[in-house]
Amino acid sequence: MEKVSISSLLKKYTMVIVLVIVTLFFTWQTGGRMLLPQNINNLIAQNAYVFVLATGMLLCILTGGNIDLSVGSVVCIVGAVGATLMVNKGINPFLAILLMLGAGVLIGSWQAFWIAYRRIPPFIVTLAGMLMFRGLSNIVLDGFTIAPMPDGYLMLFNNYIVDFFHGEGLNITCILAGVIAVVIFVGLVFKGRISKTKKGYAVDPLANDVIKCTVISVVILAFMWRLAQYKGIPNILLWIIAIILIYWYLTSKTTVGRHLYAIGGNEKAAALSGINTNRVYFMAYANMGLLAAVAAMMTIARLNSANPTAGDGYEMDAIGACFIGGASAYGGSGTIPGVIIGATLMGVINLGMSIMGVDANWQKVVKGAVLLAAVIFDVESKKRSK
Amino acid sequence: MAKILLEMKDIIKTFPGVKALDHVNLQVEEGEIHALVGENGAGKSTLMNVLSGVYCYGTYEGDIIYNGEICKFSKIKDSEEKGIVIIHQELALVPEMTIGENMYLGNEQGSPMAIDWDKTYGESDKYLRKVGLMESSRTLIKDIGVGKQQLVEIAKALAKNAKLLILDEPTSSLNESDSQALLDLMLEFKKQGMTMIIITHKLNEVAYVADKITVIRDGSTIETLDKKKDAFTEDRIIQGMVGRELTNRFPSREPEVGDTALEVKDWTVHHQIYSDRKVVDHVSLYVKKGEVLGISGLMGAGRTELAMSIFGGSYGRDISGQLFIDGEEVKLASVKEAIAHKIAYVTEDRKGNGLILSNPIRVNTTLANLKDVSSHGVIDRDKEVAVAEEYRQKLKTKCPSIEQNVGNLSGGNQQKVLLAKWMYAGPDVLILDEPTRGIDVGAKYEIYCIINDLVANGKSVIMISSELPEVLGMSDRIYIMNEGKIAGEMDAKEASQEKIMSCILKSSKGE
Repeated sequence: MEKVSISSLLKKYTMVIVLVIVTLFFTWQTGGRMLLPQNINNLIAQNAYVFVLATGMLLCILTGGNIDLSVGSVVCIVGAVGATLMVNKGINPFLAILLMLGAGVLIGSWQAFWIAYRRIPPFIVTLAGMLMFRGLSNIVLDGFTIAPMPDGYLMLFNNYIVDFFHGEGLNITCILAGVIAVVIFVGLVFKGRISKTKKGYAVDPLANDVIKCTVISVVILAFMWRLAQYKGIPNILLWIIAIILIYWYLTSKTTVGRHLYAIGGNEKAAALSGINTNRVYFMAYANMGLLAAVAAMMTIARLNSANPTAGDGYEMDAIGACFIGGASAYGGSGTIPGVIIGATLMGVINLGMSIMGVDANWQKVVKGAVLLAAVIFDVESKKRSK
Repeated sequence: MAKILLEMKDIIKTFPGVKALDHVNLQVEEGEIHALVGENGAGKSTLMNVLSGVYCYGTYEGDIIYNGEICKFSKIKDSEEKGIVIIHQELALVPEMTIGENMYLGNEQGSPMAIDWDKTYGESDKYLRKVGLMESSRTLIKDIGVGKQQLVEIAKALAKNAKLLILDEPTSSLNESDSQALLDLMLEFKKQGMTMIIITHKLNEVAYVADKITVIRDGSTIETLDKKKDAFTEDRIIQGMVGRELTNRFPSREPEVGDTALEVKDWTVHHQIYSDRKVVDHVSLYVKKGEVLGISGLMGAGRTELAMSIFGGSYGRDISGQLFIDGEEVKLASVKEAIAHKIAYVTEDRKGNGLILSNPIRVNTTLANLKDVSSHGVIDRDKEVAVAEEYRQKLKTKCPSIEQNVGNLSGGNQQKVLLAKWMYAGPDVLILDEPTRGIDVGAKYEIYCIINDLVANGKSVIMISSELPEVLGMSDRIYIMNEGKIAGEMDAKEASQEKIMSCILKSSKGE
């Protein structure tokens, strides 16, 4: 019994374990530089777009292993439009943000229409989008780079939450936020346990939950500790957390989420159960446009410019994060927590290799190999469980 | 005494935690048709997989003696070389390829770099004539019907030089006349000296073709009946299969028929792709509250198309005609509207169109009625669990828990989950399309009881079925459909298998 639960635990958390091992490996290889406060901060700043795009990509993949190849180009064009509005036309940043989100939804809806209501294969529609929107970005920017962004705009993404307690070399607000997060998390886990026991449902062994809570608490606290030693909570982290929470809730607790999984599991059965499959497809791809716009906002803020090559290859990072995080290439399974793990793993590998000074070309080779290995592992372990 | 062609001695096969086969013995004489019967999960398919090398030598205990020698098959190809060929229940043909290409798939004629197409098609045509299929071997598989596809599978087996042919549920997707033709073909092969093993749930077929019957129950052989000594009555066979006598295969019910619940008038539906073809042709019918209405007919008669077109236009195009629910005319533009008007359609293809196999029972149970377990689009998990649990107990679904994936359940239990899903949708009219296809006798009886409970509560059930005894045993009134039209209507009391068949034949001749 004990043995069974350990092996199933290992299986469930394989990618978490891999993440830990990879992190330790790079920490060792870089002589500890990997975990310096500034690098932890960079990990978030550099990969913010991956978290956002992968969240949207997961919804597309859930519908049946369909991917969106256009996100990199959409990031670029939305960024270009936003930069033009703010820098050249002098529009207020908040209004510009709304207009950028609108542009994202519009582009997403354009592609979603063909995919959902005309049933053109997503691969083709988004491949076309990838070319069209890259070209349009160049036209909008006229081949130039627009810089710098207004301060009011940059502040929203690049600043840090002020420390209300003015800690010396340690951001107390940041630590406090970490502690509150841990309390909320542990509270939710045990509240769920208690309510399950009350109603007489089966609960996981107590040891499992305790281990889970301990590990996650330690990770959150260590993470916040590191950030506190640098400049505190970056604003961008709040954006990421907000998006992750919204989509985690959407996929796991709502009927819309259930419809996504149902369509990926068996589209015909879903349709005969009264689910409007066209609308679900439309929602997934229109939403991808929205999140691409968010990623575009983050990107022009971080680069402090909009240029015609921005967002190149972003689609692959997002797709990779989903599959590494355990989403099925055939649709119907995959979770937001899995995507977080996948995106973090990609980020750690990127950062670790950059600090080690590995050649950029070799970095690509390694990332490709990791993606392949993750999917092979997923497919093989599913075969065995049959 | 004839020569023993195949002997399987004391076969034991264990899967982790389950003993699937427990000292199974099987003796097949040369030139006989041997039937293997048993409930779902009794171990018939496992036994055949052991025989054909799907489970390689060493993963089971016991001996396979074929033609006097002990066989140690490590893969399917080994057993095929000896002439043991198995035709699986699910047809394994590539729709976009021709008949000839399919027949020699994996066994291509000519050299690897240059396939000899003349030989391929020439040989294919020869074997097609042998099975009595009058199609060119250059026809695409997708252009011929299921009945003909089954014949292609048999021709394919013959092309492999089969000496022992194993047919796993060969008629499960065929209609009565195609089934009959197939069984006659088997008898014809027998005359030519072919040995065959047939696995089937249809006991009338067993009685018709088999020389011997081996009954398997819970992974062990119970008995072998011989046509020369024992009577092959259905009751006798069922007794062996379930270990008890089923005095009544259809539970009785006192019909209490009320007002008309659903009525269609002049209902015409065109084919989804070939829009000039009428698949349902000016059909008018009605069903009353508390009534089980049977719709009988051959495969391709347009019954499923009729049902699906009523169910929110989920099949067909250019649908015309009137639909009345409780006497009021309604137009149903989508499945969602059909469900809202309390109609449910339980598909014949539970794996393809009905269930999400990779999802648990809980998710499947609530899928058609998520609004009742959610508020403002947020699902109430506790309520959902309670609902799934309630239906699991009500329908006596056998499963470790409601979190079990539906794909891991047996056919009968999958069917119960599918029924649970539609019962939870709260319909007044349930259209059941082949509700007992491919499930065992015990589970069938339970499904019949569920149907009786439904009509006892004033619901209406429209039951589409290709099995005549089922239609006769369960219905209050029967419509017979043929070639998209209603060929006849009769009261169940005066109907018989002969009457129904002759009604179909007459309508085909255009009388």
